[in-house]
Amino acid sequence: MPEPVEGADAALLSADNLVKRFGGISAVDGMSLQVKRGEIVGLIGPNGAGKTTMFDLIAGAQSADAGSIRLDGAAIETLAADRRVALGLGRTFQIPRPFPTMSVVENVMVGAQAQSGERIWPNWFSMSRVASEERLNHDKALELVDFVGLSHLATEPARVLSGGQRKLLELARALMADPKILLLDEPAAGVNPTLLASIVERILALNARGMTVLVIEHNMDVVARLCRHVTVMASGRLLAEGTPDEVARDPQVAEAYLGGLAA
Amino acid sequence: MTADLAGILTYGSFFLVTALSYAILCLGLNLQWGHTGLFNVGIAGFVAIGGYTSAILTTPASDQHLGGFGLPIAVGWIAAMVTAGLASALVGALTLRLRSDYLAITTFGVAVVIHLVALNAQRLTGGPFGIGFIPRPFGDLADKPLLFTGLNLALVAAILLVLALGLERLLHGPWGRVLRAIREDEKAAEALGKSPVRLRLEAFTLGGAIMGLAGAVHGHFIGFIAPDNYQSGLTFQVWAMLIVGGAGNSRGAVIGAVIVWGLWSVSGLAIGGLFPPADQARASSLQLVAIGSMLVAMLLFRPGGILGERTIVSRWVKQR
Repeated sequence: MPEPVEGADAALLSADNLVKRFGGISAVDGMSLQVKRGEIVGLIGPNGAGKTTMFDLIAGAQSADAGSIRLDGAAIETLAADRRVALGLGRTFQIPRPFPTMSVVENVMVGAQAQSGERIWPNWFSMSRVASEERLNHDKALELVDFVGLSHLATEPARVLSGGQRKLLELARALMADPKILLLDEPAAGVNPTLLASIVERILALNARGMTVLVIEHNMDVVARLCRHVTVMASGRLLAEGTPDEVARDPQVAEAYLGGLAA
Repeated sequence: MTADLAGILTYGSFFLVTALSYAILCLGLNLQWGHTGLFNVGIAGFVAIGGYTSAILTTPASDQHLGGFGLPIAVGWIAAMVTAGLASALVGALTLRLRSDYLAITTFGVAVVIHLVALNAQRLTGGPFGIGFIPRPFGDLADKPLLFTGLNLALVAAILLVLALGLERLLHGPWGRVLRAIREDEKAAEALGKSPVRLRLEAFTLGGAIMGLAGAVHGHFIGFIAPDNYQSGLTFQVWAMLIVGGAGNSRGAVIGAVIVWGLWSVSGLAIGGLFPPADQARASSLQLVAIGSMLVAMLLFRPGGILGERTIVSRWVKQR
């Protein structure tokens, strides 16, 4: 019998009592959440609940006013966004942010971590190392571009992609960094049904290979297909937790979405 | 007949030495603006720092300005890169966190300050009269104009070539790719683990060092520098060159420098031929009109410049 891996049951990502204030408004007001290794957790809630701000706090795009964040046991709340990526945190944006004039495959290559060619000197004095890294990264990026179904557009500039294709590109780009956990901000929003199915399929395939995912999503069909565990946020706080079914039946949740009409 | 030919060749070489010095400058701006999106409108200031550094270090003793070190020209040029690079790093560290428009205002102010320092710090720079007797490369051949300018042309061309190849290695690899990523979307680059502050600072510093080198190279070719060489008109010219040639493309930057300097020189000759001497000073503003018209035409018909930016950044990635 294999030894249990230490910390396997513990949360891979845990955020405790995060607070973010903008003037007098607390966008995130003492929110906590946990994501266990290998899980897909859905973060849902009405518009303005603070979900994207919560993502920004976890990813480091904004800094929290209070609270702690642990990734794989390490406290990360004081680290800059780029340091958190190095520790295994990958994210995509609600509105995709491709590098528009750069080819699709190189958009993905930017995601590779610890590239010696991103420093000046190795480009002149360790050229063979830079070259071999580039070849490996190019192959890996082509595989990821293929995985998200954009092979036919690999050398096109990213500006030609549709909204849904841009989401797929961002997914590939985030995967290039070999993250331990992926934060996906509304992967289904504004995507046509065909591409939507393919995005959901890709996320499930990644999860089957062990990828841990935290996903913000409004489309409850997508949430139900992806997540066994859902965390509901409203007014910057934790409102409910449970399976998608449990949460959907929770009268508090209905009230938060519908403003008391359903009560 | 042969004398005429020699004269034309000498003039051509002289023209090209200046044009290629501008091309070096253009490579510096291309690194900052074309590849990294850093809006530097204080180019003249960094060129001045390079020019003065090298002049002070290499000239014979004089009671008009700091000097008397008499160091070799090569040492002066390297020092020019170092001081201009350090000045860029300092300006960059203070401003690169700010948005591009603030960087523009700051660099403009820095250039004005540097010009004023050059004009007024007489003990250091010689004040309004500048610094003369700057040793010229192959200076002992100065009485054979064709040979002298030809050799200088070869030297400047060699420097430009080495610089362009070195930059090519940097910019068509991971470093250039991450610079472009930061230029296009800083937040997305950060979310991929990149450090925009470090990379912009590197690009700004290296670009400034190249501008300093250009200032030193040209100062030594002419043998004389003065504060008025380093005013905003110089900055404008270099911007015009990069826009015409194509921002984000080294070859474009070089071509743009040659074309714009060519138009500048030809229009200058034309004004000399068409207007009586008394009106020439005023007529010379037509040179600016010529450059301005060319810019407008480029922006209308070929906004990316003669050679634009490539979609594939890294030379390791094949275009299919």
